[in-house]
Formats: sequence, C-alpha cells, structure tokens
Amino acid sequence: MSSTRKLRILVAKPGLDGHDRGAKIVARALRDAGFEVIYTGLHQTPEMIAAAAIQEDVDAVGMSIMSGAHMVLMPAVVDLLRARGGEGIAVFGGGIIPDDDMEALRAKGVKGLFTPGTPLAEIVDWINANVTPRQ
Amino acid sequence: MRDIDDGMPGAVDALKALYPRTGRAHVVGVTGAPGTGKSTICDRLIGSFRAEGKKVGVVAVDPSSPYSGGAILGDRIRMQEHATDPGVFIRSMATRGHLGGLSASTGDVVRVMDAMGMDVVIVETVGVGQDEIEVARTAHTTVVVLVPGMGDDVQAIKAGLLEIADCFAVNKSDRDGADKVVRELQVMLDMRPRREGDWEPPVVKTAAIHGEGIGDLRGALDRHAEWAAGSGRSGQVLTDRRKSELGEIMRGMIAKAVERRIEAYPGGIDGLANDVRAAGKDPYTAAEEILKGAMDGLKESGGR
Ligand SMILES: Nc1nc2c(ncn2[C@@H]2O[C@H](COP(=O)(O)OP(=O)(O)OP(=O)(O)O)[C@@H](O)[C@H]2O)c(=O)[nH]1
Ligand SMILES: [Mg+2]
Repeated sequence: MSSTRKLRILVAKPGLDGHDRGAKIVARALRDAGFEVIYTGLHQTPEMIAAAAIQEDVDAVGMSIMSGAHMVLMPAVVDLLRARGGEGIAVFGGGIIPDDDMEALRAKGVKGLFTPGTPLAEIVDWINANVTPRQ
Repeated sequence: MRDIDDGMPGAVDALKALYPRTGRAHVVGVTGAPGTGKSTICDRLIGSFRAEGKKVGVVAVDPSSPYSGGAILGDRIRMQEHATDPGVFIRSMATRGHLGGLSASTGDVVRVMDAMGMDVVIVETVGVGQDEIEVARTAHTTVVVLVPGMGDDVQAIKAGLLEIADCFAVNKSDRDGADKVVRELQVMLDMRPRREGDWEPPVVKTAAIHGEGIGDLRGALDRHAEWAAGSGRSGQVLTDRRKSELGEIMRGMIAKAVERRIEAYPGGIDGLANDVRAAGKDPYTAAEEILKGAMDGLKESGGR
C-alpha cells in the first residue's frame, strides 16, 4: 500500500538573489523522479517556507541559495519547522557552500547538502535513501 | 489531509467525524485554460475576503505527469503575499491520474477546510475542456476564466462550459480584445435556452495582476451565493449538492479500492496486463475480478 504514498517535497528559493533557474531544474528533476513538488518561487523568507511546508504537509524541504546566506537561512528554516511540529521534515539544500559550513549546517540539522554541478540523479538518490513519507 | 490524499485507512473515519461540521463554507471554483491567470485571481480574491476578516482556504489542483506520476505544483507562487497569514490555508494537490481535472480527494480536502472553519474555500483547477465539469460539482459557485487573444476560443467553448459557469472572468483585460470576448460571451449566453428564475451568469472583466475588476468579481460571487440560498430553489440546490457529493464520494471510494487492489497484484497494473494477455483472458473478466476483490477489500477495511 506504500506506493500510494507519494513523497511531497517543497522546493524554495529563499533570499534576495533573483535566479531560480537552478531551483526550477531541480523541481523538474524531482517531478520526473515521481515526486510531488510544491514550488514556491523567489524571495522566500524562512517564515514563508516553514508555513508552506506545514500547510502542504511535505516530507522534505529543499532550498537553493546562491547568495551566500545559507548559514542564516537554512538553520532558520530547520528551527521554525521544529517549533511548529515539523521536526520530521527533512531539510536539504544546494549552493556554493564551503566544507566548513557544510559541517556546521549538518550539525544544525540540514541533512543533505549539494554543491553546484551535483548530478540531479544524486539528489534524487539522496531523497529516496533519506526521505520517507511521514506518518 | 495527507492521509486522505493517500487514501490511507483511517481517513474515512476522520472524514465521518468531521462531516457534521461541514456545510458552512462558500466553495468557489476557479477554472480555465493553463496560464489564464487563475492563481492571480485567487490571490486577489483571498485579499478581498481577508479584508473582511473572512478565513480562506485554497485547494490548488495541478495535473500529475502521466510519465512519472510526479507533479510540479506551482500555484502558490502567485499567492505569496498570504503565505504567512494565519487566516489563509493553501493546499496544493496533484490530480494523480484521475480524469476530470480534480484529484479524487479534492472534495474531501474541501470538506476538511470547511470543518476547520474556513468561511470561503477556493478550488483552483486547470480546466482543459471537459474537465471543468468536475470542478462545478464540488464548488457552489464556479468562475470560468477566459483571456483575450486565444483565437476563436470563445466560439469553441463547449456547451458544457457555458453550463457550469456561474460567472465568467475575462482576465488580462489590460490587453486588447477583452471587450470582444465579453460581447461574444454575452451573445452566447443570450442564445442559451433558459427558464424563468434561472441564474444569469455575469461576465466580469478583470486584470487580476493589477487588481482590477476584483471588486466586481467578488460582487458576482456574493450575489450568486445569495441567489442560491434565497431563490426559492435553495432546497433544490441543497439536494443537488448532496447528490453530487454522494456521487463524488462513491466514485472516490471505488477508485481507491480498485487502485489498492491493483497495487496488491503482483507487478501492479503491468503484471495484471501481462497475465491477462498470457492467459488469453478478456479484459472485462479481468476487470470484474479486480472489482470483486476491491469490494471484498472494502468490506474488510470497514468502508475505507
Ligand atoms: N497582462 C496580464 N497578465 C496577467 C494577468 N493576470 C495574470 N497574468 C499573468 O499571467 C501569467 C499566468 O498567471 P497565473 O495566475 O499563474 O495563471 P494560472 O491560470 O493560475 O496558470 P496555471 O495554474 O499554470 O494554469 C503570469 O505571468 C501572470 O503574471 C492580467 O490581468 N494581465
Ligand atoms: Mg495556477
């Protein structure tokens, strides 16, 4: 019966930079992998992302951040989700993220981190391995 | 809501429990061809209802990909302004292969939002011809969105579309040709056979992106709700609603039971198709067997 449970994933583009090509490409790849992707567009605040994730009852939240603000935005989303009963939601992100930051982000609960140029299949595989429909 | 969408056991019990609290919300359907501005209209309508302190639920339905079964649900993009408003609850859904543009559980999700105390529930669906009719079944008031510059589209509107629309929004009226669309629609509406006391669907020009015409659209929605409640036909309207609700719930239950049965079959639908072919069985017999199994499964799970 588990196959009726489809993974629902929110893809968001937080921050001020105005390029969502990367996020859109990821959204399309996830759709093609059979996931239901809720795409919320540009300029999302952590508040908006967390609110949407809860309303949409997603299993994971993916963020694309190219502005360098990942250290602020990604943990903020993790914290807001926890505060609202969404601690089971897996948070992952992509961007130009130095190794040191990766460690720190993982420690703060951002589970999957991808740098530009990561093959899309790798992201899909990571989701399949790490995200399960929430009960 | 997730359990409802996924057809999980237990969802029906929850729906039974909340059903007595439904029936208060005004359910507004917004449908039309892709890209006509449905989500932008929804966004503006949310603003208009919120200005009066009304709580608004939105169910935004987009098609699932027939190839992967996945979907990109992007209607929220246009409703960002309301993302953190606690008086607004937006839920995106994929059709998951169901015909008719409405995912099988749309009606259930609408009822959950109704029971949550939403004053208005807006259902956005991409309508491509025939499919709009499904929206009208769920909604109390259906808005059909058209735009200028779609060629001979107005002429091409099927009779079905004319029948389901309680109101037309000619959106993108900041572009040339909106008046022509309005005129043509009006002519078609005037030619339609009518009975005394029938609702006359208003045609409203909107430029949702600029917030223009939204007041008129709101007025039309409110007038239609009043008419439905007080036209002396409210009894008939309620009976019709109950009928379509019943039909929709039955179809949904049957579809889910059949889906579960097929999933339980070794190899799923592919396995079934192969076995039918290998056994030289006709598909009718195979379908009957699946249906029979589905009904037994339904009994065991107590109607889920
Ligand atoms: N010129 C003009 N553009 C508009 C208007 N309303 C919406 N748009 C634009 O039309 C495009 C589609 O708008 P949406 O609201 O996403 O349309 P939709 O019907 O919800 O689209 P789908 O859900 O993808 O079918 C966007 O680029 C909007 O900015 C309008 O009144 N005038
Ligand atoms: Mg839309």
